[in-house]
Amino acid sequence: MTGAGSSLAGARTDMTNLIDIKGVTHAYQTPNGPLPVLDNLNVSVPEGEFAAVVGPSGCGKSTLTRLVAGLMKPDQGEVWLHGKLVKSPRKTVGMAFQNPVMLEWRTILQNVMLPLEIVAPGMPKKQRVERAMELLDLVGLTGFENKRPSELSGGMRQRASLCRAIVHKPDVLIMDEPFGALDAFTREDLWQTMHELRAKEPFTAVLITHDLRESVYLGDQVIVLSGRPATTQYVLDVHYPGEGLRKLEGLYTPECAQMLATLREQIQIAQGRQPEPAVH
Amino acid sequence: MRNFQKVAVPVGAIVIFLLLWEFLVWVNGWPNYVMASPSDLPDAYIRFWSLFVEGSWQTLWRTVAGLALAVIFGTALGMVMGFSRIARDALYPLLVGFNAIPKATLVPVLALLFIGQHNFNTVLMAFLISFFPIAVSVGIGLSTLEPEYRDILRSLGASRLTIFRKIALPKTLPEFFGALKVSVTLAFIGTNLVEIISPHGRGLGALFLSGQTNSNYPLMFAVLIALAVLGIILYYAVVMLEKIFAGWAERPQH
Repeated sequence: MTGAGSSLAGARTDMTNLIDIKGVTHAYQTPNGPLPVLDNLNVSVPEGEFAAVVGPSGCGKSTLTRLVAGLMKPDQGEVWLHGKLVKSPRKTVGMAFQNPVMLEWRTILQNVMLPLEIVAPGMPKKQRVERAMELLDLVGLTGFENKRPSELSGGMRQRASLCRAIVHKPDVLIMDEPFGALDAFTREDLWQTMHELRAKEPFTAVLITHDLRESVYLGDQVIVLSGRPATTQYVLDVHYPGEGLRKLEGLYTPECAQMLATLREQIQIAQGRQPEPAVH
Repeated sequence: MRNFQKVAVPVGAIVIFLLLWEFLVWVNGWPNYVMASPSDLPDAYIRFWSLFVEGSWQTLWRTVAGLALAVIFGTALGMVMGFSRIARDALYPLLVGFNAIPKATLVPVLALLFIGQHNFNTVLMAFLISFFPIAVSVGIGLSTLEPEYRDILRSLGASRLTIFRKIALPKTLPEFFGALKVSVTLAFIGTNLVEIISPHGRGLGALFLSGQTNSNYPLMFAVLIALAVLGIILYYAVVMLEKIFAGWAERPQH
């Protein structure tokens, strides 16, 4: 179950972890009886770390995001956030989905300011605008703040969606395949943006993805979930080649090729197939 | 140029329509008591001007009152059906059945229930005939709200009311106005139905009826045209409201 060089999550459940998912088991009630989606899942993400979660389709990854966000309660086990047991939605979470879910009747600026209206209703308008504009500037959307979402491209909408997810300085940013629907070039652009955002505004992140290269490029740890019901199958600590801000070229180094091969092997095991021998 | 075209095209179409009408009557040699021609109408308007003003006002306010009731009740019903599956399952067959009843059959029922309450009966009919599209569209708009929209706010701890106010309500506005455009015409029909069918009616419908009893055919046609004009005014009033409140739903034209 564990590969060489991995550490099984759950082994590090100390108080410095921002997110601690302990032994979570969950099943959805369907007309055909309970459908188990998570089985004794353990995930730990230290403060400021970026956790990428990969796994076969339909293995319960999205359920994981809803659990961390406090949108649902697990049948068994506990979800801890910042040393507090999560029982209901908390204001300290930001969410971004594959669908950027822009509110079409609002301008881009008003869309980004939405969480502030809920979390900090007393905040003066001027301050809200300043905060939103600062983020829009970071992702390169200056000049588009008064446009409607329908006037922007898919990549630009997703950039705005990311701004909205972190405008209220959440402890945790939860992303459910945010780049999945974008073309390859736009996606790589947004990976870069993600690193730049983290450098300026540190946050802890959980990213659900289907793209192994994305998980290695963005993640500090990559968590491989098994097929449904999902359990933590493998955790890879990413040692990205190079200093400072990660560069895309790093993906084509032998170190990354090695990590990608390991992940691919684990995914195959998760899918219940014999792994093809990895090329080392 | 664009603005000129916007006005000139529909006005031109109306003029062509009137000319065709006049031509048809002239070519067939129809006398007034078979079919009046547009050139007969100005006389009728001049002679019965005060009746037209009074009738139009009565028809108009009762239609708008009925429609206002339909908006309030229809939206409330739509909200109940949009948020609760049980309510939706329970109410749909009832609503569809009620909507299928020809409303003309309800005029005598209402007239007996509320004897002599002519204004009340008329407003009630305008309401009964027009709330259905609003209730259905608001209900569908709310029940098809993508869960992500709700999650964005729910994950911030927003209350149900806040989610409704900030997301569900504005997102449903385009559907709501689509239904309102249908409803405004229906409400208008409901008002006229009562005005024409019930004895001692008021409004343009009653004027139509008196034209019929007196065999004043130009007057009847003049009423029909006045009704059409009122209908157009009401419809475009709704379009204007839609532009103000749901103009965002209109995609930029390329």
